[in-house]
Amino acid sequence: MSKKIVAMTGNHAVANAMKQINPDVCAAYPITPSTEVMQVFASFAADGAVDTNLVTVESEHSAMSACIGAAAAGGRVMTATSSAGLALMWEMLYVASGTRLPIVMQVVNRALSAPINIHCDHSDSMGARDASWIQLYAENAQEAYDNIIQAVLISEEMDVRLPIMTCMDGFIISHSIEKMELLDDNEVKAFIGDYKPHFPMLDVENPVTYGPIALQNFYIEMKRQQVDAMESAKQVILDVGKKFGDSFGRHYGFFEEYMLEDAEVAFVVMSSAAGTVKAVVNELREKGHKVGLLKPRMFRPFPAEEMANALKHLKALVVMDRSDSFGSAGGPLFTEVRSALYGVENAPLAFGKVFGLGGRDLEVHHVEELFKELDKASKTGTIDKVTDYITVRV
Amino acid sequence: MSDESKSYKVLPIGGLIPKAGSSHDYNTGTWRSSRPVHNKDNCINCLFCWIYCPDSSVIVEDEKFSHFDYDHCKGCGICQFECPTKVKAITMESEDKYR
Repeated sequence: MSKKIVAMTGNHAVANAMKQINPDVCAAYPITPSTEVMQVFASFAADGAVDTNLVTVESEHSAMSACIGAAAAGGRVMTATSSAGLALMWEMLYVASGTRLPIVMQVVNRALSAPINIHCDHSDSMGARDASWIQLYAENAQEAYDNIIQAVLISEEMDVRLPIMTCMDGFIISHSIEKMELLDDNEVKAFIGDYKPHFPMLDVENPVTYGPIALQNFYIEMKRQQVDAMESAKQVILDVGKKFGDSFGRHYGFFEEYMLEDAEVAFVVMSSAAGTVKAVVNELREKGHKVGLLKPRMFRPFPAEEMANALKHLKALVVMDRSDSFGSAGGPLFTEVRSALYGVENAPLAFGKVFGLGGRDLEVHHVEELFKELDKASKTGTIDKVTDYITVRV
Repeated sequence: MSDESKSYKVLPIGGLIPKAGSSHDYNTGTWRSSRPVHNKDNCINCLFCWIYCPDSSVIVEDEKFSHFDYDHCKGCGICQFECPTKVKAITMESEDKYR
């Protein structure tokens, strides 16, 4: 295996992965901060570096619609979007998953308007968490690159056949240059293999109807199938993560456990913020504090049981959400994690913090303050507030 | 439709129908509130009804009106409308009479 270490932004890394995947069709519409993914990929297409039919459309609704048509026709299909672009796809997200089409979409996480904001939070993809799309989140450019390559295999698996969004933080990852490893083109090609379409519409010898009406007599059966598909996806994600690790040296699972095994208190946080938290965990460990981190990689399907097992030995934990579900019992990640812990004997105290909306920086001192709250909770056995905001002026 | 008794575990995924011509098995005749009734004595076999029927529910045999396909006729009344005024071989009757 030839290692190629490069300096690359997250967007360039994903565009390069797409070049290596060489999908049949890409239909996309530009939106900050994901624009660069398709811009770079479009230059690959123009240079003849890929065989892809690049479809430029008039909106994200059309982009996802074209992806759905191309996937139903029997193609390997990819796209990318952010924020309002994902919101405009909403109707079609459910058509893609309900029709069981393995579309791979890079979501470059960005806040939703209003007020208009182009910077990172997870409001866009978290809002789509009930759309029956698999969701993987990346901490850095390397993980974004690795995730989207694995996403192709995960979504195409016959027991899964669900679309997948791989998410990375807008600007923080998408536009920052990091050191990372690019795989060899042939290695990627061999890893993902040839696409096997499921009932392609272009197979005229075997006609098939896509998108028929299903009322009281069939609809709920189709939804129940999606539950099984999500359940199957868990093992497939583990298998593909292992295959990737065995092939290229970087193993992937449902979540990363960072100094968690002997920890008494821990942070649960996704994406780029996990990098900041790791730095603080290192610093606190040097001072002798038993603190760790669990970084979810997979939000859909949500690995409730596995996560509860990884967290149950803790005295206290804080779940950090980069989006909010206004008026709910907490941010999307917090409510999932706390629900996963329900019924666990001697479950740790859990509280949630919403942070970093609209790209507000999460700084080291914010995480240090959170540790003080964790420490206090573990010593007193009580928490002051179940959910709150940090990184906000009060 | 026979599939209506089947478990979600064996139905094709994604609502796909992996066989051709399955709309024939779907009984849209149940949607009808009134039905066309044919009077053979008045009919001149111009076959306007056959031409205009949007659901192919006028069945013709040997170039003559044979019968209506009541499994697929939705009772739109176009056949009655198109039936020549001097002939009036088709009348719409309430479905209540046939229940």
